[in-house]
Amino acid sequence: MSALLESLFGGLSIGSVLLLSALGLAIVFGLMGVINMAHGELMMLGAYTTFVVQNGLKKTALAEVYIFFALIAAFLVTALIGLLLERGVIRYLYGRPLETLLATWGVSLIVQQFVRTVSWQFVIGLTLFCLLFFGAFWILSRRPDFERIRGWVIGVMLPLSAAIAIVISFILGQTLKLAVTKPWFGTQGVDVTAPRWLRGGLQIAGGYQLPYTRLFIIALTVACVFGVYWFLNKTPWGLRIRAVTQNRSMSSCLGIPTKTVDALTFAIGSGLAGVAGVAVSLLGSVSPNTGQAYIVDTFMVVVVGGVGKLIGSIVAAGAIGTISYIIGSNALGPLVSFSPALKSFFEFFASASMAKVMVFALIIVFLQFRPAGLFPQKGRTVDA
Amino acid sequence: MNQTNGAVALESVDTASQPMLEINDLNVYYGESHILRNVDMGVASGKMVCLIGRNGVGKTTLLKTVMGLLVPRSGTIKLAGQPITGKTPDQRARLGIGYVPQGREIIPRLTVKENLILGLEARPGGVSRTQEIPEEIFQLFPVLKTMLSRMGGDLSGGQQQQLAIARAMMGRPRLLVLDEPTEGIQPSIILEIEAAVQRIVRETGVSVLLVEQHLHFVRKADWYYAMQKGGIVAQGPTSELSNEIIQRFLAV
Repeated sequence: MSALLESLFGGLSIGSVLLLSALGLAIVFGLMGVINMAHGELMMLGAYTTFVVQNGLKKTALAEVYIFFALIAAFLVTALIGLLLERGVIRYLYGRPLETLLATWGVSLIVQQFVRTVSWQFVIGLTLFCLLFFGAFWILSRRPDFERIRGWVIGVMLPLSAAIAIVISFILGQTLKLAVTKPWFGTQGVDVTAPRWLRGGLQIAGGYQLPYTRLFIIALTVACVFGVYWFLNKTPWGLRIRAVTQNRSMSSCLGIPTKTVDALTFAIGSGLAGVAGVAVSLLGSVSPNTGQAYIVDTFMVVVVGGVGKLIGSIVAAGAIGTISYIIGSNALGPLVSFSPALKSFFEFFASASMAKVMVFALIIVFLQFRPAGLFPQKGRTVDA
Repeated sequence: MNQTNGAVALESVDTASQPMLEINDLNVYYGESHILRNVDMGVASGKMVCLIGRNGVGKTTLLKTVMGLLVPRSGTIKLAGQPITGKTPDQRARLGIGYVPQGREIIPRLTVKENLILGLEARPGGVSRTQEIPEEIFQLFPVLKTMLSRMGGDLSGGQQQQLAIARAMMGRPRLLVLDEPTEGIQPSIILEIEAAVQRIVRETGVSVLLVEQHLHFVRKADWYYAMQKGGIVAQGPTSELSNEIIQRFLAV
């Protein structure tokens, strides 16, 4: 009984992290069809936001409940970055999946390196550059002959603002030394400590302990899933999103502002990645590479579940989590003790990384038989 | 007899103060192929105008350009005197163009009710959760009332067509653009759709731009334009639509 409960909980807790991180992607990739390779980095930024919020509230009365502020902050920060990403990069690449894949992969590398190198010097230089360049652009764009001089403006202002920004940030670095050049986070991982009430665990029969952080993540996942369902099915914007994802041109002919809907959808998917980042930060150290550890898993969940179906992602995350746990903890070992060969086979895969190998092999086999995933789109409109 | 009827119709079209839709010297290309050539046409306020012509002469292209799905290389489009050439489809919808495209384009994985509610998006304020479907819609298309909770994609072709017209009417458009509303639909439903469109024109005073192959329906319009090779080659009141013109521009 206790063993059953243990493997159920183990699978549930792995599955809930998978689902939480895949939920945003289920919207961005599943509904919008955008292959966002930077999704893991959005999670990583969510985790770093948690770190920042934790440190900011450390000395205040809110230190014990910082996690709730971190959830809101992580959602807003990553939603905003997702919005920038959509407006700045992805909207030019709709309908071109290969270019989207490459561009977002590039964005993911930029974001990783940004987190490693970001310091006051860097931020001041970047802000200065943006103010100079876009400021000049904005002022000059009000001239009536702007279209004619546009090329010149970019050609002159881009190197000029870059040079000014670099020189000023260099001078700042020379005069103020480490105060501005010290990286905020550095290449090493940072640690988020759970608030006191999330440490320890719930004792259940048989001496088994359910860690509170895991229970918190499961509750958070359930809340997010219900939130997403409520938003998509019960609100006007949810209706607009569902319409646009199914038939973009007809939706615009009905009067739906499709560009706003695209931006909003992407921002919400990104914000959910940030919320997943908060959960991830509770499970271990957060480094700039954290996102990469999750990106493959999240795509797997969405593909196995069936692209475009949220329910598929939910079931797939649960199934993959449970199977990973059963294989990783060698729960099948005692059941096959009659055969030494089978027993050693399962022992061979009884570690987290080998369990992953096994799970991916099973997914490959599964996709041979169900290429469209667990819940493929059905009906007479499939090919429309 | 026919002559006098024609004169009356002509006069009433011409004296309408402000045309609902006015297209001047429109040129549209697909890539490098020239589809619409110097098209001039208009829809008088409150009138039903039918566009006829064989397959591939550019009728659907013209309607898509009116809706904003295609961008013309030159020419202007005005809706009730307001230039809309540079506007996006969603802006045009909110200015009062209701579009019923060829192939219906019902949103498949939304219920019939949700599809209808989306029609409100063209009105100020857009969709709202508490909105009920007005009774007029069900008077036009009683069949929709019984299938509000079914998926739009599961309806038959005729039902989808009725849903598409009802959806466009939810936005209370000033100009209703219908692209072959009877294509591939069984004869009894065609008559229902015809009657519904006529009733809409009579009761709401909406102007209609219609592309149609069925002569029976074409003759319900006030005015016709005949298209050939991407240009308008003939026009006049439909009462003057002689068999000779039909032979030239419609018969295969």
